[in-house]
Amino acid sequence: MPSEHTDAAADGLLLSARGLHKSFGENHVLRGVDLDIAPGTVHALIGPSGSGKTTVLRSLNGLETPDAGSLRIGDLAIDFARPPGRRERAALHRASAMVFQQHHLFPHLTVLGNVTIGPVRVQGRDRDEATADALALLDRVGLREKADAYPSSLSGGQQQRVGIVRALALAPSMLLFDEPTSSLDPELVGEVLAVMTELAADGWTMAVVTHELGFAREVADEVSFFDEGVVVERGAPAQLFGDPRHERTKRFLQRLQGPFGG
Amino acid sequence: MNWQLVLDSLGPIALGAITGTIPLTLASFSLGLLIAIGMALMRISGIAWLSAVARGYISVIRGTPMLVQLFVIFYGMPQIGITLDPWPSAIIALSLNVGGYAAEIIRAAILSIPRGQWEAAAMVGMSRGQALWRIVLPQAARVSVPPLSNTFISLVKDTSLASVILVTELFRVAQRIAAPSGEFLTIYIVAAVVYWVICLVLAGGQDRLERRLDRYAV
Repeated sequence: MPSEHTDAAADGLLLSARGLHKSFGENHVLRGVDLDIAPGTVHALIGPSGSGKTTVLRSLNGLETPDAGSLRIGDLAIDFARPPGRRERAALHRASAMVFQQHHLFPHLTVLGNVTIGPVRVQGRDRDEATADALALLDRVGLREKADAYPSSLSGGQQQRVGIVRALALAPSMLLFDEPTSSLDPELVGEVLAVMTELAADGWTMAVVTHELGFAREVADEVSFFDEGVVVERGAPAQLFGDPRHERTKRFLQRLQGPFGG
Repeated sequence: MNWQLVLDSLGPIALGAITGTIPLTLASFSLGLLIAIGMALMRISGIAWLSAVARGYISVIRGTPMLVQLFVIFYGMPQIGITLDPWPSAIIALSLNVGGYAAEIIRAAILSIPRGQWEAAAMVGMSRGQALWRIVLPQAARVSVPPLSNTFISLVKDTSLASVILVTELFRVAQRIAAPSGEFLTIYIVAAVVYWVICLVLAGGQDRLERRLDRYAV
């Protein structure tokens, strides 16, 4: 279940980002991105490669530091006008939990070790309690019997489900997914999306960078379409997919549907 | 071959290994590894002067003969008022040496761990120190076992140099037996065989350690 501290601020939003800018050298990746996410909703970030959606998501967890703009998650507010210190970055890491495209599980730890290391070593929770919670979460995604296995012995879909459980075990106020199915074999995509769909139904607040437009259409409450470092268009999936207002959105959707129609 | 002499000399030479060569190796390797981890972290710290100090250290150690280093410490230092016994001198020289060679091994091993591991550790809430200790170093350890084993085996043989500063280790014992008897060939072959056996045991240990750490494949 989502943790209790998901209280929205006065604006009714769990997360609100304003005017995020980020350059990597000459490459201006974010050119003023706004993002609002209400508690208990799923926000899909879609768009072509290099459009900035992954950089925004990583900024939300403090893995990238925007050059300008501001961000509020829950009651944590950060203005990037001056670079955040160690303490602020740590607070950002705590505020959300991320599921990575390449899962980034710790290969030297068992599945259970991957899931409990954060709660036990960082949050200082009781090991037995954390283990019981971890096993219950693994059970939910059908991997309880893999608790003592090492990640390298799992399939890609299983690894990614462990990645999701590792994030859940941290009891964050929201979940971030960075193209969680993009590096999976097609037949394994379904099992990961199924878990994510369940989490959405449970009321988790989620930001999902994805190329799975079907998932975005079915599960997301809101979709932002990114191109060249800005949010070109945002709206409910029915509107954005059914009746896109922007030429760039239309072209992107047409391209993805491919020459044989979608 | 004088087999009686082989048997008679084997005891004292093996004792020299047990009371000299092996403790000298273990002490120098442990200290050297600590120095190496420190130097490796300084090299990758991103702090220019720390990195420069580590680079200078590594360059001096790797660019000068160990025998000369031993002489500087044992015979040279007393001139500036620092007089050390043979054992501490040998341990200092050998561990400084291991530190210089192993630092580059450990640095390369740390850098070989993908950035995503650091990021996942940060995401889970770890500080950089925790990420290093709990996530990166354990994986780097696996990567560095084969090259560090080489360093370890070289060290076993390098401890024979300590005989020139009067440390009673395997080779010095052999020299002391050989001189009066005149049986240099026999005695020195016995010494060589004892070194070889120690290194065989270590190589076997390396295999076991690698298999143990291979429970996961990176």
